Amino acid sequence: MFWYLLLLWGGISAVEVQRPRGVPLSKRPFYEENKPFTCLDGSRTIPFDRINDDYCDCQDGSDEPGTAACPNGNFHCTNAGFRPTFIPSSHVNDGICDCCDATDEYNSGAECQNTCRELWRKEKESMQKLAEIAKEGFLLKQQLIQEAKRGLEEKQTKLGEVQNSKKDLETNVEALRTAKEAAEQPEKEAKERHLKELLGGVDKVNTAAFETIWSKIREKYVSEVRTQTPSSNTDGPAPVETPQEEVREPVSDNDSEPYPDDDIPEEEDEDEDEDEDEDMDDGDYKVTGFDYILECLPIFTKSLFSSAAQKARNEFEEAERALREVDDQIRNLEKEISFDFGPSSEFAYLYSQCYELTTGEYVYRLCPFNRVSQKPKYGGSETNLGTWGKWAGPEGNVYSVMKYEQGTGCWQGPNRSTTVKLTCGKETVVTSTSEPSRCEYLMEFTSPAVCQEAPDLEVSDIHEEL
Amino acid sequence: MATFTECRMVPVLVVWLALCLSGTWAVDRSNFKTCDQSSFCKRQRALKPGESPYRALLETMELTNTRLTLQLINDNNKVRLLLELYRLQGNMTRVKINELKPLKPRYEVPDVLVREPPTEPLSVLSQDENGVVLSLGVESQRVIVSAQPFRLDIVEGHNVLMSLNSRGLLAFEHLRMRKDTQAEPEAENKEEADTAHQAETTKEEEEKVEEGMWEETFKSHSDSKPNGPSAVSLDFSLPGVEHVYGIPEHADTLRLKTTDNGDPYRLYNLDVFQYELYNPMALYGAVPVMLAHNTQRTTGIFWLNAAETWVDISSNTAGKTVFGKMLDYVQGSSETPQTDVRWISESGIIDVFIMLGPTPKDIFSQYASLTGTQSFPPLSSLGYHQCRWNYNDQEDVRSVDAGFDEHDIPYDFIWLDIEHTDGKRYFTWDPHKFASPKDMLQGLKDKKRNMVAIVDPHIKVDSNYKIHNEIRSRGFYVKNKDGGDYEGWCWPGNAGYPDFTQPDMRAWWASMFSYDQYEGSMDNLYTWNDMNEPSVFNGPEVTMHKDAVHGSWEHRDVHNLYGLYVHRATMEGLIQRSGGVERPFVLTRAFFAGSQRYGAVWTGDNAAEWDHLKISIPMCLSLGLVGISFCGADVGGFFKSPSPELLVRWYQTGAYQPFFRAHAHLDTPRREPWLFGPENTALIREVIRQRYTFLPYWYQLFYHAYRTGEPVMRALWVEYPQDPATFAVDDEFLIGRDLLVHPVTEEGARGVTAFLPGKEEVWFDIHTFQKHNGAQNLYIPVTMSSIPVFQRGGSIIPRKLRVRRSSACMEHDPYTLFVALNTRRTAEGELYIDDGHTFNFDNKEFIHRRLFFSNNVLSSVNVAPEAQFTTKSWIERVVILGASKPRKVTLITADGHKSQLDFDFDASVSVLTIRKPSMNAGEDWSMALQ
Repeated sequence: MFWYLLLLWGGISAVEVQRPRGVPLSKRPFYEENKPFTCLDGSRTIPFDRINDDYCDCQDGSDEPGTAACPNGNFHCTNAGFRPTFIPSSHVNDGICDCCDATDEYNSGAECQNTCRELWRKEKESMQKLAEIAKEGFLLKQQLIQEAKRGLEEKQTKLGEVQNSKKDLETNVEALRTAKEAAEQPEKEAKERHLKELLGGVDKVNTAAFETIWSKIREKYVSEVRTQTPSSNTDGPAPVETPQEEVREPVSDNDSEPYPDDDIPEEEDEDEDEDEDEDMDDGDYKVTGFDYILECLPIFTKSLFSSAAQKARNEFEEAERALREVDDQIRNLEKEISFDFGPSSEFAYLYSQCYELTTGEYVYRLCPFNRVSQKPKYGGSETNLGTWGKWAGPEGNVYSVMKYEQGTGCWQGPNRSTTVKLTCGKETVVTSTSEPSRCEYLMEFTSPAVCQEAPDLEVSDIHEEL
Repeated sequence: MATFTECRMVPVLVVWLALCLSGTWAVDRSNFKTCDQSSFCKRQRALKPGESPYRALLETMELTNTRLTLQLINDNNKVRLLLELYRLQGNMTRVKINELKPLKPRYEVPDVLVREPPTEPLSVLSQDENGVVLSLGVESQRVIVSAQPFRLDIVEGHNVLMSLNSRGLLAFEHLRMRKDTQAEPEAENKEEADTAHQAETTKEEEEKVEEGMWEETFKSHSDSKPNGPSAVSLDFSLPGVEHVYGIPEHADTLRLKTTDNGDPYRLYNLDVFQYELYNPMALYGAVPVMLAHNTQRTTGIFWLNAAETWVDISSNTAGKTVFGKMLDYVQGSSETPQTDVRWISESGIIDVFIMLGPTPKDIFSQYASLTGTQSFPPLSSLGYHQCRWNYNDQEDVRSVDAGFDEHDIPYDFIWLDIEHTDGKRYFTWDPHKFASPKDMLQGLKDKKRNMVAIVDPHIKVDSNYKIHNEIRSRGFYVKNKDGGDYEGWCWPGNAGYPDFTQPDMRAWWASMFSYDQYEGSMDNLYTWNDMNEPSVFNGPEVTMHKDAVHGSWEHRDVHNLYGLYVHRATMEGLIQRSGGVERPFVLTRAFFAGSQRYGAVWTGDNAAEWDHLKISIPMCLSLGLVGISFCGADVGGFFKSPSPELLVRWYQTGAYQPFFRAHAHLDTPRREPWLFGPENTALIREVIRQRYTFLPYWYQLFYHAYRTGEPVMRALWVEYPQDPATFAVDDEFLIGRDLLVHPVTEEGARGVTAFLPGKEEVWFDIHTFQKHNGAQNLYIPVTMSSIPVFQRGGSIIPRKLRVRRSSACMEHDPYTLFVALNTRRTAEGELYIDDGHTFNFDNKEFIHRRLFFSNNVLSSVNVAPEAQFTTKSWIERVVILGASKPRKVTLITADGHKSQLDFDFDASVSVLTIRKPSMNAGEDWSMALQ
């Protein structure tokens, strides 16, 4: 796009071609001197002296290419030395310099300088800069593609391995289940007997007895519950759901899953966890009600049972847990392998990374394919500006825009969302953020992965007109 | 902008938060008082008609050259009042009633009248023990003063035009010592008698102490009322009147309704969150002026009181059906229709101006002679304004500005709401988002465009904030009842409220707008005063406590004036910064009688709903009737998000209303004109461009409003006062007298029925040039691009058809004259030209020409030969609607030179277009069709 008009030797004049003011060279044949002029839409024919006489005769504005008389006319700036352009005829002689060759202000008293050469020089510079960036970026991109390829292969290999190990684990689990059931058999009768003693039957709750026991085992229960929900500990290290060994890239996003959860907004999960957490810290358990007791029952009855059965149980649970982990691994690997990281997986390197930008008030954080968030610089809680939604660029350039959706809701407004615009750059950086509309954020992000192969810098449009 | 919707940023406002989260879309009525909850209103409204205790003491009458005075006595408590009666120049009567010897002075509204109104002598025609008859000089107009019960009747010939206290509802709560609490009641009584402000009342009837007289609470707020009860009230009867108008600001129909079955109309400037339509609740501004109209006469009542005020309206015909009225008519048994109104104010005195018309235009000029006319705004401010809460930073401003060029849409002003400041400290800029305001302003200036930044009157209490420190150290803050600086919550959190009633405070405030004080400001930066009711988030009814203190007066006395003073001081600041050269532009939300002198108003925080679009018409029409011409509503609606259809229809309506600004709440999606697809962009572009083509006409109308006080946007009855069919029309309006606009305000409309007034008139569709007869209801099929607008036959409207980026870019462009012929084949119009932005027009630097067409000759003559101005603009085209085809058209210029002009004639619509006559717009010329 950028290149087709680039001039390597702009501004060198060729032949001056006589034609009415504001007419481009290509349309000169329609304006034959001293012959009647037919409006370009064919609507009527007028004498030649009515061209550019500052009165609009043609409905299409074609008789006044060089004045502001027609509401729908266009004025052609030759802009010798730069790029020719059309401006609306309403910009002719309005006292504002629009054409770099100053030809639009011939009768307004505005003092316009010819800035075409200067513009051309600047544009050339910036294009060269961009071209260099694109060139280097494109090289980097090739590396990224290679890395992504290797990464993918590794993941596929890994997936194979894990799938194999899963079979072993499944066998193991079954074996341990049988062992556990055998070990538990003798104990079952004792347990039922005990239950009757304690509660006086299912329809008669001995709350006092329960409370006595509960107070003894409470601490143990609480700590068990805690370890069962480790992800609730937001201050701690990486969430357990993220199998560490899976992550080949350094994980900098340590407070959330690497994969977005498709169904449940993450924020809610965390909130719930936090709530539970707080409840536990309070230690304020209202242990009344039959349901609750039954729920707690297995925990305290455990303390009554034989160590042999306990051992079998532990082993079984351990094996089951291992199996679950492997399932998680497989799911994650499959997801990552099938993830759309671009036509050549060139965006794969962004996965499980995070990039920050600090502005006056906030620290913005983009974790590609995961989420965008905002945190006040001087303390305060983080706000989710959207979780990964989709590639959302225009047709033919889908991978130029990322969309993050369903962030924290706004009061009387939509859920927050973020559009990330990707541009070619050597570095992977968030360059700017803004909130053009309430709760709709815009982020500019550079990455070599969007760099296109730069065409050679060649002259494609030599500008000879004056 | 902006009530309290941004919960996130003001975490302290717990009550607000609760309100915000309730998430309802209507006003929370419980935040605002009903008459029953306002103790003085309740007390006064409980009085029964026909039991007036007031008697005129005729023996006390004194007549001087300028006034008549007379004492009134309340026979129940023996308290004496002093009545003053003035005959004012220009057919007005002023009636003042105060306590003869008040315990302490009562508030009389200053600074609203442009001068002490000049008087004319009164004379006594006759007098006996029952009363006095005074001559009002002209046209056998008399005032009859009846002694017992006291009443005033203003009569002309045999007709009573207006009666005061005819229902006996005059009430004047005299100031008194408190006696319901301290010490023994008897001792207290004695003490009061000793103070003897009613010297002869030895046996004063025991005043009943009612609840709410000495203290009043509303929700969690208490009003200490140290002066006790002080309300005043008076009734007016208007025989022969069925239509009354005015007393804005209310979100209600143009024609006021009777209030018998609900609350009275309330005038008490309030920041009402998500206001409801079609009810008498108070809104942001108050103009205590009512107009009464019938086919014979228009009269007006100006109740000059700035305290909380309620207005009751009742009518003896209101309950009757059309059939019932007809029956009365046929049977000849009809009693004369009559409207009765009653004004109740919480404090101050009775000071009422009775304007006797007789025409609507006489009323406008009478009222203008009292409170002044609309300020003449800079031409650019009549262009299109692009606003949003908020344009986020300089880059945002730049890109929106560029968007207008990219889409070839003109605009003149881009606006910055509160977020542009450094932490809601007005006169400052956010150091990150607006780091170099002058660069931004220069960028706009390079395109001949301007900016408005908000400056609200609540000042952040922050010892690092220069403005706050200065106001505090100079003692300029409003005080609370205990003498400390009054503080309340608003956008910045804890805030003080400068006492704008003090002239030295206003002078200091004005000086803050000088370029060296207001850093980052430039001459293309103008100002917007919001929240100046004043809005106090944690105050009673979201405003200031009534017992707050302004110098020697309570806030109670001055409340409705506060916004006017803020507006005034700001406007004076903008004038002063340019050394008195440049015209200011200041928008205000709160206003009072006289606010027209200071700039523009808008109808506050409306919503993106079709009914809010509709109500913008009667709301601005009502303001126009009471002198405030520069009125508009937020295009698109402030709260909520409009559908593209509503947005387009709102642009089409707003483009034909005086103040044309799009605005949107912070929480709504962006809505710059090009964000709704190419079709809607094209529709919006087209209507904004139409606005710009009519700028010469708008400008000329504002010049007239400035000169005469006549409204720019007019109710139909103003121009057709004898046609009852126009009396209640408020879904269409006139701009000046020559353009009739019937905007499409219905969702999915396929057509509208416009009423074309005037039996003698013809109206030309400005788009198709089709001619329609007057005095008919015309059905007009509409599409999304339709804006039914008609030019009156008999008028000439100058337009500029070369629409450019901004009004300033069009300054030197040529005019096209649209000459619409009436049935007599004549037409008449004006052309007014000046520099568009300075006060030099006051030094006769302008062009004012009369254009007229008769006997097939169109001429331009100078109506201000003493004025001097040169323009580069010329006449590029004359379009004659309703013409017949001439053989030739000859132009005769001032020097007698004759030349033939080319022309086109479209026989299908009888439109003659004369090509390029090319004479300068400031010259004499004529043009003959032969």
